[in-house]
Formats: sequence, C-alpha cells, structure tokens
Amino acid sequence: MAIGTSSVQAAFDVAKIRADFPILAERVHGQPLVYLDSANTSQKPESVLKAMDDYYRHANANIHRATHLLSERATALYEGSRAKAAAFLNAPDKRTIVFTKGTTDGINLVAQSYGRSTLKPGDEILLTWLEHHSNIVPWQLVAEQTGAVIKVVPINDAGELDQGEFAALLSPRTKIVAMGHVSNALGTINPVADMIARAHAVGAVVLVDGAQAAPHLVIDVQALDCDFYVLSSHKMFGPTGTGVLYGRASLLEAMPPYQGGGDMIASVTFERTLYNQVPYKFEAGTPNMAGVVGLGAAIDYLAGIDREAALAHEDAVLEYATAQVRQIPGARIVGEARHKTGVLSFVLDGVHPHDAGTILDQQGVAVRTGQHCAQPVMDRFGIAATIRASLGIYNTREDIDALVRGLHKVRELFV
Amino acid sequence: MSELSELYQEVILDHNRRPHNFRAIEGATKQEGYNPLCGDRLTLYVAMEGGVIKDVAFQGSGCAISKASASLMTDALKGKTADEARALFDQFHAMITSDHDGPTADLGKLSVLAGVREFPTRIKCASLAWHTMKAAVASETDAPVSTE
Repeated sequence: MAIGTSSVQAAFDVAKIRADFPILAERVHGQPLVYLDSANTSQKPESVLKAMDDYYRHANANIHRATHLLSERATALYEGSRAKAAAFLNAPDKRTIVFTKGTTDGINLVAQSYGRSTLKPGDEILLTWLEHHSNIVPWQLVAEQTGAVIKVVPINDAGELDQGEFAALLSPRTKIVAMGHVSNALGTINPVADMIARAHAVGAVVLVDGAQAAPHLVIDVQALDCDFYVLSSHKMFGPTGTGVLYGRASLLEAMPPYQGGGDMIASVTFERTLYNQVPYKFEAGTPNMAGVVGLGAAIDYLAGIDREAALAHEDAVLEYATAQVRQIPGARIVGEARHKTGVLSFVLDGVHPHDAGTILDQQGVAVRTGQHCAQPVMDRFGIAATIRASLGIYNTREDIDALVRGLHKVRELFV
Repeated sequence: MSELSELYQEVILDHNRRPHNFRAIEGATKQEGYNPLCGDRLTLYVAMEGGVIKDVAFQGSGCAISKASASLMTDALKGKTADEARALFDQFHAMITSDHDGPTADLGKLSVLAGVREFPTRIKCASLAWHTMKAAVASETDAPVSTE
C-alpha cells in the first residue's frame, strides 16, 4: 500500500491540483477547510470560474438568435461545449448531446418524453434499491400517468445489486431500466455494461444516472451501449444549473418535445408548429449559457489531467479513509461493495450523524449527514442517516486525518 | 469551540442519553413529526383532561438536539392549557431563531437550547418536537379528531 501510494504520488501531483481550486484555501470557524462533501457538490477550479467570467465580460449574448458578433461568440462557445461533452462521453455525434439543468432534469426529460409516449398499462420500469430520489420519483410520476408498474432490484448487505434478482426481474414486460452508475449514498460502482446487455436482451431501453460517476470514472457511452446517460455539471467541477443528457440518436429523434418554447421550433403558426431537429428540440428557451461554457471548461480541466492516475489517487485515499474510520471504536461502515469509488458512508454507535456533522464542521471538516436523498437505502440498512465523507480529486490523506481527529472529538463529547 | 460547548451543554447531553417522558401514552392524541432533511421521526402523545395537558410523552429517533428538545418540552408542557402551550411554542421559537441577544422571555430549563440560534442548520432539529406539539394541540382544540 505504501509503495503503491508513493508511485501514485509521482504520477499525480495532488498539491498542484489543490492549487487550482481557490476555495480550498478558505478557513471555516477559524480552521482550514477540509472539504469531504464532493458527492454533494464538487468545488470548482480557477479555469471554470475564469471561463464563466470571461463569457459574461466578452461574449454574452443570446445564442442561435442574432446576427451580431457577440451572439456568434456565445453560440460558438455554447456549441463548443457540446462537442466537448460528446468527446467526454465518447458519444458518436454531438447531436446526441442535450444540455439540461442537471441530472434530475435529464431523468425527468426522458421519463416525460420517452416514457410517457411509449409506456402502456402493465409495462414495467425497473429501478434499483440504490437509486437517488431523482431516479425514483420521475418514474413514479410517469407510472401514474401511464399505468406502468415499477419494479426494484434489491441489494445485498454489502450494498451491491443482486444480479440474480436483476436477471429474474427482467422480462419482455420490462420497457425501461433506470439505474445509477455509482451510488451516491454508498459509493458502489454497478456493473452497468453487463446489466445494459442483459436489459437489451429483453428489449428494454436503459438510462444510466452518471451523476456520481462523471467526476471519477472515464465514461464511454458507446462501450456501455446505454440508451440514455445523464449527468450534472456541478458534481464534476463545473457550475450548478447545467447538465448533460446523452441519448441514442434514433430514440431522441422519435421522442416528442419535453417543453415548448423558443429555439426548439422550426416554424410556428397557430395552426401548426414544426419542431427543430435534435438536440435543439429538447432545449426550449434561453439556456444556461454561462453554465454550459463553465461545464466546457470543467471538461477541459479533466481532459488536462491523467484521469487514471487521479482515480488511483482517489482510490488510495478512500482505502486509507476506510481503514482509518474502521479503527474508531463504535464506527460501522455502511456499504462495503467490492467496487466502490469516492464515498465512505458510516455510523458511530451512540452518536446521531447530525450531531457528528455539527461537531466536525466546527473543526473545519465538511461532510454530509442525513439520508442523502436515498431513503430506500437507509431503510434497507435499518438506519435513519449516515455520516458521508465523499472525495474529489483534490482530497488527501491529511484530509482524512482531520476527519478522524474530528471523529475522536465527537466521541469524547458523546461516548 | 465555545459555541459548540454552548450547544452541547451537559444538560442537553443528559437528556439525549436519558430522555424524560420517552414512552407511549395509551389513548392519547398521537401526532407524527418528520424532518425529511435528516430522516428523523418523532411520535408525540398528548393526553388532555379538562382543557389541560395531563400527560405528554414522545418516542422516536433523532439527534441529541431534537431528543433533548422533545424531552425538555414534555417536562414543560404538563399542566398547561392548549393556549399556554401555543404561547410557549412562540416564545421557544423566538428564543432559538432570534439573531440578537436581546431580552427574550425567561424559559427556565428550556433556555439551555438557546445556543441553537448560533447553528442555523440545527434549528429544525430543535423545533421538530415543538411543531409536532403545535399540530397535536391544534387538532385537540379545533376538532375532536385523532390525527392518527
């Protein structure tokens, strides 16, 4: 482990990465900030902040609408981000990239457009027990509207999907499978490529929620062969309020619009409106242009680092954190999947996570405590909440040491 | 760390470890309280007799702040009328949300929770039991309907 870590450090300079993120120099409650809440939202590098600032200073105008120079600049930047997003996901064509408000918006778009127009009473939507509420509730809404039925793949005690049950639940009635790539509550990496192949074998269409995967894993939608892949900019070092939906071109073309408005039309008369081509058909109204430009800068940032080395660094920090937290008396880790990334969820005997969160915060350590928008996961483990330390590329062993010192302080007060 | 020791006073930690009136009351008005932010759940039992709270108790899981607040609240409510309970709700709410140290009503033992006002993210924890009580007492006086 020590030898592995030193070779990783040679390939990946975390101090250099940290210097790219201005907020990491912040002090909270008089202490240096230890940010362990990146699964909630990630911090942003200087290059993203600058890209958005530059956009407003030098390029701001409405896209696709005007003949003047600023509109040309804004359009070029916006469409440039689309090409970057296509490359980031290895999508076959930039037409398959739809900009959204974020993962939640992307899932709602697919549920309301694809789901609502294709689902029939008795059709099945297959979800998993690991899902974030945003990959549950949109499907419940469309199930109510169409008479479709929701089925759920259970998980084992380690927090891994039960593949036998998944196979048993798949049938010709299964029309949509919607699953997370990485669990936000537990960090489990699901074997999505294999699951997609099995879902396709029964004719189902598959949506992958990549919100938690995008900041950690290299994503290739063609290798995965998924039908839809959704992510949020703000989890992957970009700004809030924007995200990406990748959709298979043939599906996007056949789908009805999600929202009506400007830019999504080819021609409008009161008798008949013709819709624009994909992806514009799904981008009604003036979009979050500065946000999309910021997302493009975040993708550039990730493209400029050695992603494999970054992941090896994060894995080493997660492994270290797991070992350190395990040594704390009364600590119990929730979610011990063989393949995990970025997340350490745990409980402390005799201490409610909320109290731990406040005491950690006073020492500068930012974690999330609660149910993590994943109430079914909490119910499955018979707990109301966990303490979740989640990692970004900028976290270090020193951050984990600060967490552990903080947890000892929590125990002093409570146990 | 002084704000922290102000929040987690020994009295609060004691009520967290050994909450008072932590039980169910057979036949009493029963009201559920839920904080979706943290997943905490609380069931409050209020037994009225002759317009007065004769007995009040709670069950559920929660953080130290929410448990101590519920425990102290149940101690404070016994013998109060619905109107007095509502007035106490208002005074308590003012104490934990006011952003200045100006004079607030002397709430006796309840004033150990005043430190919560320095922790905006924890005000919901301290007020969960109180909002639940307000709903329970309202249903008791407005109409004789169980909220179960």
